[in-house]
Parts: sequence; C-alpha cells; structure tokens
Amino acid sequence: MLHTVNKSPFEKNTLESCLNHAKDGSAVLLIEDGIFGAIKGSAMSEKVKKAMERINIYALWPDIEARGMQDRIIEGVKLIGYDGFVDLVVQHNTVQSWL
Amino acid sequence: MKIGIMVNEGPYQHEASDSAYLFAKAALEKGHKIHRVFFYHDGVNNANKLTEPPQDDRHIVNRWSDLAKEHGIDLVVCVAAALRRGVKDELLAPGFRISGLGQVVESGIQSDRLVVFGD
Amino acid sequence: MTEATGGVERDQEYGSGTIKKFMYVNRKAPYGTIYALESLEVVLIAAAFDQDVSLAFIDDGVFQLAKGQHTKAIDVKNFSPTYRALEDYDIEKLYVDKESLEARGLTEDDLLVPVQVVSAEELADLMEQQDVVLSF
Repeated sequence: MLHTVNKSPFEKNTLESCLNHAKDGSAVLLIEDGIFGAIKGSAMSEKVKKAMERINIYALWPDIEARGMQDRIIEGVKLIGYDGFVDLVVQHNTVQSWL
Repeated sequence: MKIGIMVNEGPYQHEASDSAYLFAKAALEKGHKIHRVFFYHDGVNNANKLTEPPQDDRHIVNRWSDLAKEHGIDLVVCVAAALRRGVKDELLAPGFRISGLGQVVESGIQSDRLVVFGD
Repeated sequence: MTEATGGVERDQEYGSGTIKKFMYVNRKAPYGTIYALESLEVVLIAAAFDQDVSLAFIDDGVFQLAKGQHTKAIDVKNFSPTYRALEDYDIEKLYVDKESLEARGLTEDDLLVPVQVVSAEELADLMEQQDVVLSF
C-alpha cells in the first residue's frame, strides 16, 4: 500500500497515526505540509528514521522546495517529483491518503 | 492505468486542489487516463466560475476547465455537497457537471486507482 | 439514473459484477467539521453498489460513535442515529482502533453501535486488504 501524509507532524498526529498503521515494506509519501515530517534535527526525526528501517519513506520535492526545506531533509528519504508520485500510485495496489 | 481522483477541499484555502491538479497532469503526461475528478466537501467550490484570483497567480478553476477540455476529463461536483454550499448549475465553470455521490463510488469500482486529496 | 445510486445507471456493466473492498476511514470528530457527516453520506450511497464495505474509526474519529449526542443547543442536525441505520444497509463492518479509544478514555460501552475493536496491527492488516480507501 502507498500511504500519503499531507500534514506537518507538529500540527496534527497524522504522520504518527499513519506510521502506526503502515505495514513493513509499505510506502509512505509526504506531500504538502507533510514534508515537514522529513526534516532533520526535529522532535520527529528519530521516530521517522526508525520507521525508515521498515518502511520506504518518500517526500515530494516540489513541496520541499516551496517551503525552503531543501537542505534539511533526513538522509535516506527518497525525493521524488509528481512523476514519481504517479509511479508510486501505479506500483502499489491501493493508495490511502491520511486526512 | 485508469486513475480516479477525489478533491475534498476548495481552491486556494488548501493545497489539495493544486496537488490533485499537478498529480493529474503528471499522470496524463505519463500516458495514464484520468477516469474522473470528483469534487466533494468544499471541493465543490473548484467549479465556481465567478472566482477572480490575482492576475499573477494560478487560476485554479480555469486550470481544471482547461485540463478537462484538453484531455476529455470528467469533472464531477457532488450534488449534495454543492447544494449545501450554493454551487448550482448556473455557477459552474466549463467542463464541470453536477451529479450524485454514486459517481465517486463508480470511479472507485471502474478505476485501477483512486487517489484522494484533502485536508 | 436514480436518486438511490446517486446518479449512476445501476444496470451498467462494471466489469462482470466487480466487487471491490472499500474502506472508509474516519479520523475526525463530529460537528467541529463536516467530514463525519458527509463521509457517512458517501457510505450510504455506496451501499447501493453491493461492494464489500467497511468503516474504520481512528483517532478522533472514534468520537463519531459516542453515545448521547444531543445537538439542539448548537442547532445542528444530530446525525448519529444514522450509524445505527447502517445495519439496514448491510454495512456491518465497523472497526474501531483500540489505541484511539483508550487514549480518549472510552470503552466499547460508550459507543452507540456494535463495533469490532481492533489493534493498530489488526487494522493495518485490514487496510492492506482494501482495493479502495476513501478518507475525508
């Protein structure tokens, strides 16, 4: 399954809820304000790095750039564009948008 | 693939409509088909032909109309949500039509993937 | 085209009686926003399509099922009885996230309909089985 998260983990518990319900080997894509879940040195970073041991975490580059977070992304988070977003949707049987 | 899209928020207030549009465009560029874009909750406001955003920013409503025209995409506004928010036929921008909630369920059944954009 | 199916011809060929697993995910409390009400409206319409439907209540979504909702003083329609009507539409798979209930000091007895309380892991398994997931 592909999960998408579009809210900052400092605003809502969406990312936390998503990670609690994402099975090993699934993909989580951070979009819109969700990209803040991928920034390093934050209160969420360790949790996210831990999750990366069992889940593939992606972040939408256009949303990262828009917010000026280009140099602040945790290493290992896969950065993709909208074309990559489409590929992820195609590759996974189902998409669950955490709203 | 045939991809269905659901947009749950209105233009400008949330990024949902932008994300959905850019996703749709990318999908089309890759040769996929957009089965339908279904607008629900405040998403029905994406069909409002009276919007007048500043000239130097994207025109969300027109963008959807143009995309629909260029690629023959079905833009559906939920009747129940629309009525609640005063979005009626006479308010619709080109390419949009009002129909029932069944259209999104149908999209889920007939598409290979359904992607929801919201808050 | 009928009212019941929300504008879709029922005898259209969907692909030889395709039955997909649809899950409706609710994470928001009722009344503060419209998502709870309008998502329920989708579920009711979806019932006409004979799909394999389940509902998941996570985080504040569990509050949608709380007993004792009286909305007169806020002058808003009380739609909580509709959850009891779901059974009449053959929608019986209501999953409630255990951790979400506990974090909010609720138990199954506080809910107005019979539900299946599931752990995060069980819910994750259920989600993985779905063909279509709608969130609001």
